[in-house]
Amino acid sequence: MEQLLNILENLKPGVDFKTATDFVDNGILDSIEIMELADEIMDEFDIELTPVDIVPENFTSLETLYQMIQRKQDED
Amino acid sequence: MKSILDIFEHTEEKYSEKTAFVDEKKSCTFGELKVAAEAIGSCIGKEGGFFRKPVVICLPRSVESIMALLGVVYSGNFYVMMDIEMPWERKRLICQNLSPKAVLTDREHVEEWKESGIKAILLEEVLETAPDRGILKEIRKRTVETDLLYVLYTSGSTGVPKGVAVTHRNVMAYIEWLIQTFAITDETIFGNQTPFYFSMSVSDVYSTLFTGATLHILPKKLFSFPLRLMEYIKKEKINTIYWVPSALCIVANTKTLDYIELPDLKKVLFAGEVMPAKQLNMWMSHMPDILYANLYGPTETTDICAYYIVDRQFADDASLPIGYPCENCDLMVLNEMGEPVKEGQEGELFVRGPFVAAGYYNNPERTVQAFVRNPKNPYYPEFTYKTGDLVRYGEDGVLLYNGRKDFQVKHMGYRIELGEIEAAASALDKMESCVCIYDEKEDKIILIYQAKLEPDVIRGALEKRVPRYMWPAKYLKLKRMPMNANGKTDRAWLKNNYKTL
Repeated sequence: MEQLLNILENLKPGVDFKTATDFVDNGILDSIEIMELADEIMDEFDIELTPVDIVPENFTSLETLYQMIQRKQDED
Repeated sequence: MKSILDIFEHTEEKYSEKTAFVDEKKSCTFGELKVAAEAIGSCIGKEGGFFRKPVVICLPRSVESIMALLGVVYSGNFYVMMDIEMPWERKRLICQNLSPKAVLTDREHVEEWKESGIKAILLEEVLETAPDRGILKEIRKRTVETDLLYVLYTSGSTGVPKGVAVTHRNVMAYIEWLIQTFAITDETIFGNQTPFYFSMSVSDVYSTLFTGATLHILPKKLFSFPLRLMEYIKKEKINTIYWVPSALCIVANTKTLDYIELPDLKKVLFAGEVMPAKQLNMWMSHMPDILYANLYGPTETTDICAYYIVDRQFADDASLPIGYPCENCDLMVLNEMGEPVKEGQEGELFVRGPFVAAGYYNNPERTVQAFVRNPKNPYYPEFTYKTGDLVRYGEDGVLLYNGRKDFQVKHMGYRIELGEIEAAASALDKMESCVCIYDEKEDKIILIYQAKLEPDVIRGALEKRVPRYMWPAKYLKLKRMPMNANGKTDRAWLKNNYKTL
């Protein structure tokens, strides 16, 4: 979780990602940043994200992102 | 035809019951659109008693904003689409230049506009009123095709945005070319990506109004989730898209096309920045039989003045040509002496013809710099637009883009004068010196500065002054700026070496 939080805070300094929700709907991250975030997650956690994973349900909060990463790691 | 309304009403007569525009929440037919626009037009016409004056539209990208746009035109005035998220500082600069007579807005934003002292009209209230066709008829009689249709603000190098003034005639001439070249008809279903304060949107919005096509205003958030975006395109049977390359690249880079078939998509047009051949090839390998076209043009030529229909495969690292002049558009490539260049030589691109805008609104100084007498025609005053773009002719007279003459760059499809970001940063207390550079390879804006200021302070200030797409991705603090032999800040060195600092 800490590692993920670091990625988010580096991507967008000054946002409290622990409490933030609906990253896209609330204008916290734009499309370019979502793509950067997906790339970082793939690199840092050594998992493969496909377009099926890059969906609003997974990119809504720190918690949903974390769950997605765990799910992908379990699959591997 | 002297007004875009003449063409729109012709479409409306034929397709009154057909769906015109669709957004996330609602849709409207051509008939409904006309009634709504007439109501808005009557209301502004009755209330204000002004004519040929600017009216700001500050609304989310929606069906309502299309109604508002046409409504302003019915009122005999011209509209100025404003980015709802733009910082107030910039809105104020634009309003200073524009002196708008009124602003059409929604409940969420009406109070802040009232505070600004500009007459705020709440769109939802106006929509409930009935059109007054007597007033509208009187207004129409007075309209001529060289009246302004809209003013669109683009980034200005001195820190003040420039308002490109576009007439009815400009849009009618341009859209006629677009419709014919790309066979836009009542069967076209557009998936709109670009905001309405961006010149590219003129293409899909007006070709819908002129042909009876249907336009889906794709929700911005879909562009963060490419599979959802493509599912939407499939479900709505969208057959034509005109997007900035960044949006097409997101789809390509995530390999989304491996996950979905799009049997209805037939035309993929792009403009606004350079489309990388690599990502275009990814699209073409999935859908080889559809039309791809690279469009080129500044806001000052309404939207487009040259185009290239992709007719072959390019190497991944090749650059796509900007192609050939549009029909009814004359392009001249001139050297420093004002003489036409030979094949292979670089020159500046000049555009003449009916797509060329009227000038910059209330900005005579910038207008005379860019809208210049045709250097090849000493016989009578004829104006051309001096683009500031450097181009050359390749084989077969195809035009190739070489770069900008000044420091204007394209980032995420937006045209940005780096000078505007510098001007905003320089305005900060304690700022000693700053240079804004653009790294094309990484697609990033970088602000390099000399000041006793922390990056966060500058970031916070800039985010209040310039729109989001102009925010630097990186801030580099230097003890001293490097100088070149002329004693000027060495931009070229900084651009090539900033990573070593």
